Amino acid sequence: MGPNLWMNIEEIAAVILFGVGFTTLLLHKNMIKKIIGLNIMDTAVYLFLAAMGYVDGRIAPIVENGVTDAEVYINPIPSGLVLTGIVVSVSVTALMLSLTVCLFRKYHSLDLDEILIRMQKEELR
Amino acid sequence: MNFVQNFPCFSIVLCMAAGIISTPMKGKTAKYMTLTVVSLVAVMSIATLSYVAATGESFVYVMGRYPAPWGNEIRAGVLEALLATVFALVMLFSLLGGMEHLFRVVDPGKINLYFILVDLLLSSLLAIIYTNDLFTGYVFVEINTIAACGLIMIRGSGRSLLAATRYMVMSLIGSGLFLISLAMLYDITGHLLMENVHTAIVHLVDTREYLVPLLVIISLSTVGLAIKSGLYPFHSWMPDAYGYAPASSSAILSGLVSKSYIVLLIKIFYRVIGFDIIVRSKIVNVLFVFGLIGMIMGSVSAIMAKDIYKMIAYSSIAQIGYVYMGIGLATREGMTAAVFHILTHAVTKSLLFVSAKGLTDASGNQKAYPALQGAAFRNPLAGAAFLVGSLSMVGIPMLAGFISKLLFATAALGADPKKTLVTLIVLAVSTVLNAVYFLHTVIRIYTPVNIPENVKGIHIHVKAGAAAALVALILLNFVLGLLSQPITDLIHAGIDMFA
Repeated sequence: MGPNLWMNIEEIAAVILFGVGFTTLLLHKNMIKKIIGLNIMDTAVYLFLAAMGYVDGRIAPIVENGVTDAEVYINPIPSGLVLTGIVVSVSVTALMLSLTVCLFRKYHSLDLDEILIRMQKEELR
Repeated sequence: MNFVQNFPCFSIVLCMAAGIISTPMKGKTAKYMTLTVVSLVAVMSIATLSYVAATGESFVYVMGRYPAPWGNEIRAGVLEALLATVFALVMLFSLLGGMEHLFRVVDPGKINLYFILVDLLLSSLLAIIYTNDLFTGYVFVEINTIAACGLIMIRGSGRSLLAATRYMVMSLIGSGLFLISLAMLYDITGHLLMENVHTAIVHLVDTREYLVPLLVIISLSTVGLAIKSGLYPFHSWMPDAYGYAPASSSAILSGLVSKSYIVLLIKIFYRVIGFDIIVRSKIVNVLFVFGLIGMIMGSVSAIMAKDIYKMIAYSSIAQIGYVYMGIGLATREGMTAAVFHILTHAVTKSLLFVSAKGLTDASGNQKAYPALQGAAFRNPLAGAAFLVGSLSMVGIPMLAGFISKLLFATAALGADPKKTLVTLIVLAVSTVLNAVYFLHTVIRIYTPVNIPENVKGIHIHVKAGAAAALVALILLNFVLGLLSQPITDLIHAGIDMFA
């Protein structure tokens, strides 16, 4: 258990970060904190992927000086997945932020409970 | 290679291109283009369906230049083509049915955005159905979520913004879990294409390596997709999202979007992990239990709902429960019933949402029950459509819902004896509850009443497009109900092609 734990330290960090982000996204009432949680959660997955794709002593999969031997480079697919994932999480973050802006303009609050209360008050009027 | 084999790829690309081209267009032009594209997709899916049904085997379409272990692939079998056909048809009719309302409630400057979202949504639905690559599946799941969120918030009212926020939060939690499960799956197998992953997993199970990570992967991906599709304890976003969105959005969301995640889950069960490994992992039992609870709780909430949209939305929760209950039976018959119910629910829920819109329009835009009294006389076609949809959901013979319930009951008899009795009891109770809230609404709209003051001057005339959509959806209900044998045969063939 001990040596394995040390060997997989990046993955363990990634899973802990995933948990932190996940709970923040799920439980926080504040929209901005929710979005921060979302980003921590997604980034944790990228750390996980990047750590798994890294091979000790090899270099990034970009052909340099005409060296085409596959033994020199790390696996490029996890890096590709991370890039795709970043694009996805950026667009989702942008969408969440724009929703936050719309809600803030209407109700002048970032707190979801507060927004709900103000909304109900407005409907009763 | 036969020309028809290009159609799945064509339909995905066509939808995407239409979405991009619609950006500078006016609302009306974008509308006609979207309707054309959706109809074209329906025609192409029917062609694909008849091709794969005739050849009797699925085909793989290589995207790009790189072959199997590296490149990206599309795979079309009978089940994929059947789902694509029904999804495209339902989308077409939901759009047509809610079109007039859409132009009324959405800001005229924004209406073309709605059609962009619909195009993107259809393309991601098709990609989720057809893809053979897990990561592509994930990317399109996210596109699906973003487009669906846009469909909810398009009205821009406070309620719909809040509903969209809640929807996004739950969906993002689901996709986060799904993404990390994919990352782990890639780590233990080294592949992303479904066949290769499956071969690697069979090898791992044979040599008894990485069994704990495999169990974690199965649970994470199942829970992630279950959250996204709104299985019972994760349903809190549904009533608001469906209740405050325009009618076509609600129809598309409840009929198609939440179903696409279930389709992806079924694909993962059969084609990635392998169904016997899934059954041995016992995760299906978890789905079974939550499905049963959802069937009861959804119906109970629907009985207590104060307005007609909330009632239909809560009923969706119950119907999602049915689908997961069918998957949880862990037999081929149970899965067939679940897939059939996906089709039934897509066809019936869109009919209900669109006709409910017609009824509330005839009652001065009020959706609470007292205002709806006698609405079926003010808008006879919507009333008839709502009646057919309700009867189908309750499970009256000749309609689609009856066949679903019959298939579920037969599947329960062939399943694990411990599950048989509880399935049959819950099915019976849930049917009674369905009857309570649907027939209560039907009786309400067919109770004659003096025309109330607020609707006196309003003259209801149903547009030709909306009328055609309602009639077509009613017909689809009857088709699924009367031609159930060929359709279940197709689903059987499709599931066999998966394995």
